[in-house]
Amino acid sequence: MAAKKTSKKSNVSADELLAYYRDMLLIRRFEEKAGQLYGMGLIGGFCHLYIGQEAVVVGLEAATKEGDKRITSYRDHGHMLACGMDPNGVMAELTGREGGYSKGKGGSMHMFSKEKHFYGGHGIVGAQVPLGAGLAFSDKYKGNDNVTFAYFGDGAANQGQIYETFNMAALWDLPVIFVIENNQYAMGTSQQRSTSTPDLYTRGEAFGIPGEIVDGMNVLAVKEASEKAVAHCRAGKGPYVLEVKTYRYRGHSMSDPAKYRTREEVQKMRDERDPIEQVRDMLLTGKHATEDDLKAIDKDIKAVVNASADFAKESPEPDLSELWTDIYADA
Amino acid sequence: MATELLMPALSPTMEEGTLAKWLVKEGDEVKSGDIIAEIETDKATMEFEAVDEGIVGKILIAEGSEGVKVNTPIAIIGEEGEDMSAASASAPVAADALAAEEAAKVPAAAAAPVEFAPSDKSPDWPEGTEMKSMTVREALNEAMVEEMTRDEDVFLMGEEVGEYQGAYKISQGLLDKFGEKRVIDTPITEHGFAGIATGAAFGGLRPIVEFMTFNFAMQAIDQIINSAAKTLYMSGGQMGAPMVFRGPNGAAARVGAQHSQCYAAWYAQIPGLKVVMPYTAADAKGLMKTAIRDDNPVIFLENEIMYGKSFDVPVMDDFTIPFGKARVAVEGTDVTIVSFGIGMTYALEAAEKLAADGISAEVIDLRTLRPIDYATVLESVQKTNRCVTVEEGFPVGSIGNHISATIMQEAFDYLDAPVINCAGKDVPMPYAANLERHALITTDEVVAAVKQVTYR
Ligand SMILES: Cc1ncc(C[n+]2csc(CCOP(=O)(O)OP(=O)(O)O)c2C)c(N)n1
Ligand SMILES: [Mg+2]
Repeated sequence: MAAKKTSKKSNVSADELLAYYRDMLLIRRFEEKAGQLYGMGLIGGFCHLYIGQEAVVVGLEAATKEGDKRITSYRDHGHMLACGMDPNGVMAELTGREGGYSKGKGGSMHMFSKEKHFYGGHGIVGAQVPLGAGLAFSDKYKGNDNVTFAYFGDGAANQGQIYETFNMAALWDLPVIFVIENNQYAMGTSQQRSTSTPDLYTRGEAFGIPGEIVDGMNVLAVKEASEKAVAHCRAGKGPYVLEVKTYRYRGHSMSDPAKYRTREEVQKMRDERDPIEQVRDMLLTGKHATEDDLKAIDKDIKAVVNASADFAKESPEPDLSELWTDIYADA
Repeated sequence: MATELLMPALSPTMEEGTLAKWLVKEGDEVKSGDIIAEIETDKATMEFEAVDEGIVGKILIAEGSEGVKVNTPIAIIGEEGEDMSAASASAPVAADALAAEEAAKVPAAAAAPVEFAPSDKSPDWPEGTEMKSMTVREALNEAMVEEMTRDEDVFLMGEEVGEYQGAYKISQGLLDKFGEKRVIDTPITEHGFAGIATGAAFGGLRPIVEFMTFNFAMQAIDQIINSAAKTLYMSGGQMGAPMVFRGPNGAAARVGAQHSQCYAAWYAQIPGLKVVMPYTAADAKGLMKTAIRDDNPVIFLENEIMYGKSFDVPVMDDFTIPFGKARVAVEGTDVTIVSFGIGMTYALEAAEKLAADGISAEVIDLRTLRPIDYATVLESVQKTNRCVTVEEGFPVGSIGNHISATIMQEAFDYLDAPVINCAGKDVPMPYAANLERHALITTDEVVAAVKQVTYR
């Protein structure tokens, strides 16, 4: 149950590395584009970008199999792209159009995909955690070996319902991985200003849930931790806590001037720990790819993201009749 | 190719801003991520990052310019060696087109217009009192400052109220003024801190609890209702909870189903609570001061969209407004429009349009929903014989429903038409811009309802 740094060396193939590079870059470029569309007034309301945290979802998804489920908060674009949802559908939801995953009715914070087992997209801090345990409950009930990833932030980690959930998840051996995405801030509150003890991975100890701290800027470290946690859950040993240390480069949402931290702090992270740059270095120094190979990937990704923005601008607004649909399931 | 850099929208409610400072000059090279300008929004000063690479060709809006509308071209970015003088600053035609469209919609007046005169005389302060214009945000801030200065047992607690200066800047400057003991940042733990504050009130303090928005107070509603509202009764009058639960309530702009709900009718149902929902800055200030002094738990429902709106507020040493007293915002003779909070926006707009059509509407702002000033409403209905209620919340079990029931019971013989309740639609709030517009109440719906009850 003690904290163990996952080793940095990992047997990873060139193909895998390239896939992580591509997946993380897609999230980064997608989010940059979303920020741009927000500035143009094409996206409204709240919009929480995932830039800086890409290695978390990409690393965790690396250990999943078909049927595994995921659920998260409003900072959800990265999770959706990482589990294979279509960038066009995600971007069109951001612009509130018919082609969006929720037909434009959900918005940035509320998207879902039954097909990809992505259960949202939740706006109330902490509320997704018991829901995630409930998804795990359904898998256990049905007797399959799927697991659920319930993602939440360092700020959410103080919500009471999470500890009610920890108790029941442990009591009933639910196959749920509680992923604490510790990006060190909850809006403008740094973790030390909101949390009585620093280590969030120990929060499950009182309930007998093993926990581990993970370098969330290193996709390989995340992947390794994910494999371990998934194996634990699939084997029927109950829940697992992963505290993944990460960092968000942008403000909390588009309207946050982020005056609670220095520009130097952000710049230092970008310069020294950037998850995408780390993989880029590995690819180049390991001679798994050339600069030209990576440029080609960059170009591909740019095309995918631009296409999603075009789709999101061209997709029509939902028909007004949609105001009155989906309130009740057909009896 | 030269591209225009547009004034960005940097918050959900931003329509225009000040271009405070350029951090680049013409001829500078910029790349994605570079900070190129500082822009003041309705809430904060934001850094504006470049997204594309290029050379700053021409700066179209000088620094220091105020009231720059979102999407106005502010600079031209081009490639090395490109002639950018040709890329002229196209005027923001969209806004003009909209205005023209709006103008075209105004129908020809069917009847002789009547005078539309929102009453500038209010019985809440002596005639001739000096007035000053301030925003609802400033009024709420001032009320808290005055009451915290007056009574040391008053303290403020909530998420981001201190160091961050408030998520919506209502508590700006309070931490500096009153220190950490009295301005307390909490973790994101609504149920917990609402309970702790209620316990502190049992213990003799007078907490103000800020919910970042009232949507999150649903996490805490058990403590609010079961502990704060009922303890005075359950203890046979021995102890209660003199405290204020406050924060923005209702729809903001495009924030979706979980962040756009009006709780007026929910809390107004609970005996033991008092419920306030102001519209003007003067009411926000006077009622907030009364709320802090009240020995009961008070739910104070603010509105994000109203925070930046300005109104005249009396300059007085100690300005309070009693609970249970409605404000007649416009006097009229043909119909009574009853509203409160942001609903007043639609009520007043409708009254003005109706005046042009020759219908004289009396507009009543309830201001407090518990207690409700029934007398003012009934008196007005006895005069006009018709009533329309206006609110943004859900239609079923609404404040309007309750007002209608009261009128039916107390003034049935005076009614010349059934009362109509205008409310938000009976659907969760959608995100899409067009759907959101239809989910909210509109001025046209209020006008139509009035025409229906006046048979015009
Ligand atoms: C119950 C509740 N309280 C408050 C909020 C407002 N809010 C939205 S996000 C946030 C900060 C959450 O921080 P954290 O859990 O660390 O996640 P991060 O945003 O860093 O991903 C707050 C206070 C909310 N949405 N729900
Ligand atoms: Mg966080």
